[in-house]
Amino acid sequence: MNQSFQTHVAPIGAAAAKISTRGVDVFYGPKQALFGVDLDIPRNQVTALIGPSGCGKSTFLRAINRMNDTIAGARVEGEILLDGENVYDPVLDVVELRARVGMVFQKPNPFPKSIFENVAYGPRIHGMARSRAELAEIVVRSLRRAGLFEEVKDRLDAPGTSLSGGQQQRLCIARAIATRPEVLLMDEPASALDPIATAVIEELIDELRANYTIVIVTHSMQQAARVSQRTAFFHLGRLIEDGPTAEIFSTPRRRQTEDYITGRSAAQRPGP
Amino acid sequence: MTGYLFLTIIAFSLAAFLTGRAAARRFAAEGRSGRPAAHSVPAYHGAFVAIWVGIPALILALLWRAAEGPVIDRLLARALPPEMTAGLSPAALDLLLTEIHHVAEGRILAPASPGVIEAAARLAAWSRIGDVAMFVVVLALMLLGAWFACARLTPRFRARTRVEGALSGLMILCSGLALATTLGIIVSLVHEAVAFFRLVPPGEFLFGLVWEPQIATRPGQIAAEGAFGAVPVFLGTLLISAIAMAFAVPVGLLSAVYLHEYASPRFRRVAKPMLEILAGVPTVVYGFFAILVVAPAIRTTGTMMGLATSPNSALAAGLVIGGMIIPFISSLADDALRAVPRDLRDGSLAMGATPAETMTRVLLPAALPGIAGGILLALSRAIGETMIVVMAAGLIATMTLNPLDSVTTVTVQIVTTLVGDTAFDNPKTLAAFALGLVLFLVTLALNTIGVAIVRRYRETYE
Ligand SMILES: Nc1ncnc2c1ncn2[C@@H]1O[C@H](COP(=O)(O)OP(=O)(O)OP(=O)(O)O)[C@@H](O)[C@H]1O
Ligand SMILES: [Mg+2]
Repeated sequence: MNQSFQTHVAPIGAAAAKISTRGVDVFYGPKQALFGVDLDIPRNQVTALIGPSGCGKSTFLRAINRMNDTIAGARVEGEILLDGENVYDPVLDVVELRARVGMVFQKPNPFPKSIFENVAYGPRIHGMARSRAELAEIVVRSLRRAGLFEEVKDRLDAPGTSLSGGQQQRLCIARAIATRPEVLLMDEPASALDPIATAVIEELIDELRANYTIVIVTHSMQQAARVSQRTAFFHLGRLIEDGPTAEIFSTPRRRQTEDYITGRSAAQRPGP
Repeated sequence: MTGYLFLTIIAFSLAAFLTGRAAARRFAAEGRSGRPAAHSVPAYHGAFVAIWVGIPALILALLWRAAEGPVIDRLLARALPPEMTAGLSPAALDLLLTEIHHVAEGRILAPASPGVIEAAARLAAWSRIGDVAMFVVVLALMLLGAWFACARLTPRFRARTRVEGALSGLMILCSGLALATTLGIIVSLVHEAVAFFRLVPPGEFLFGLVWEPQIATRPGQIAAEGAFGAVPVFLGTLLISAIAMAFAVPVGLLSAVYLHEYASPRFRRVAKPMLEILAGVPTVVYGFFAILVVAPAIRTTGTMMGLATSPNSALAAGLVIGGMIIPFISSLADDALRAVPRDLRDGSLAMGATPAETMTRVLLPAALPGIAGGILLALSRAIGETMIVVMAAGLIATMTLNPLDSVTTVTVQIVTTLVGDTAFDNPKTLAAFALGLVLFLVTLALNTIGVAIVRRYRETYE
């Protein structure tokens, strides 16, 4: 379980970044949830977002594919550039953006359709398959990559909601990768999984890295250390620090980061 | 008398409740603090005693009331002098007994014979004895119940479980009542319908093409021969319901989708209650609207386009009925859409689906059972609607599918054949029951099909 997917990482600049955010503020009505987040997310790497509950990790993730638009009263300010294009540009097509930026939610949300139809949903609406056979091939490939195919190959017609929680989450991952997005946003994809399923997902993430840019929210320091090349630490709606995962975990520059990753609370901290 | 008896039972039950609760409180007070002293809280002990006092007494009183009348009548008949009952048929004997009852109650219509007066006095005396006996017996039963129940109250007594059992019994009784109502409706319909089919062969009724039920009910009346072919009547119902549904289903569904997906919360807050008020408007008012506004408008338009339009057209009635049932469809569909978890919508949007794709591919299928329920409810309202049709479409059964013609429907014919000169032995009156029976079977079949379709296509999201 302790294999590490660490590779050499060079510091990145805005030019090499797949996504860069500049001064992103997010408000839910009058309440501000994110404060001036500047973050560069490099292409073909895994970036882990860590931080205490309620610090704005999911909010940041939803800002990238504009899912915050669907929440009444939510407002995003600042710039989020995807390949240098501002995703909040009024001329940008949000439907196309979401096709390019896939998302796996914190809570598994399979559609109340068959397992097959769940995975075929994206390819169908985007017209990615010319024939039934091609569609079936996409579905099988996606299920296989999400490590679910062997378990469900005999019952692709069973409802997706009949699967266990962990299987549902892998189904949602298969659904998200079926459309071959460029970016994959994953909000605690392994929180409902057992260690073996988690290992499958982590391997998948490492494999996907070759073609995709991945942003993953996780509460597990070990998982962040295992799968990510870069880590960003959030606290109370602010980005405290980010950098190569190895550096963040071995030599954090900020006191709050160190406290969080070592599991110390402010009260336990020895006085200055 | 009976009223006082029931009041007494209620009062005793209340007293029993208070007694039981007080007893339980006493031993609750004896227990150590901080720990539940008894298996159940005192109110359950009270309820347990109240049930034992009230329910058996109630059942006994009801049974007594049901049995007393026939028993007294039998005794009364036997006590009559033989010369009064000699050679009387059972029906004539019944008549005589009814007269005695009337005299005993002081409702004298004609001077009664001495034999009847004497019998009435006997009846009054026996009824009084019966009432007092019942009172005494019920009272005794209540005391017995109280003693029996109080004797079992201990801290460990599971009053809560017993009360639960009594409550579930009550619920079974209530659902049984709903079932019994349905059965009762079927039985009464079938009974009269069979009488009708003895006079008019079923084949003629089901497949006949002419409906003219206005036959002579008294000798000397001038009326048609009478024809009981129900096809035009059912065709009328079909035509009007089809028009109503064709109008209401798309409009209702689209307005539900609009309310749920696109309308601002403020608009929704105003619009939804208004829709629901629309559902509560009495249908007579819709009928006025149909005659005064819709029918003339259709007639003018039809004449302008050179079409022969009857002043009472199926189209007018169908459209107004459609308008009446829109709220059922849109309000229930909106509720069903709202019950679909938000996650599903987000999941679909995050896949790059447009809101319209999300609606048609995810939300509507998931909400299908609720939507279909609304449509079925609306359809049964459309089929059963009488007032609007009477006012807007007419009473003449025409064999037509032309929406601009005047037609009539099953429910309208049920009403018109039942009002006026009625006697339960002529086909005109009995036809109403045959129509009712067929209508009942048709709606039953529709509901069954609807439920089957929903079960086949539903997408559960639990
Ligand atoms: N729909 C919403 N409406 C109002 N406030 C919200 C909404 N969603 C999130 N918030 C608030 O924004 C802040 C950040 O929430 P967010 O969900 O991004 O936290 P998180 O870091 O993902 O937490 P967790 O680790 O528990 O998932 C919280 O204070 C939360 O209360
Ligand atoms: Mg979260």
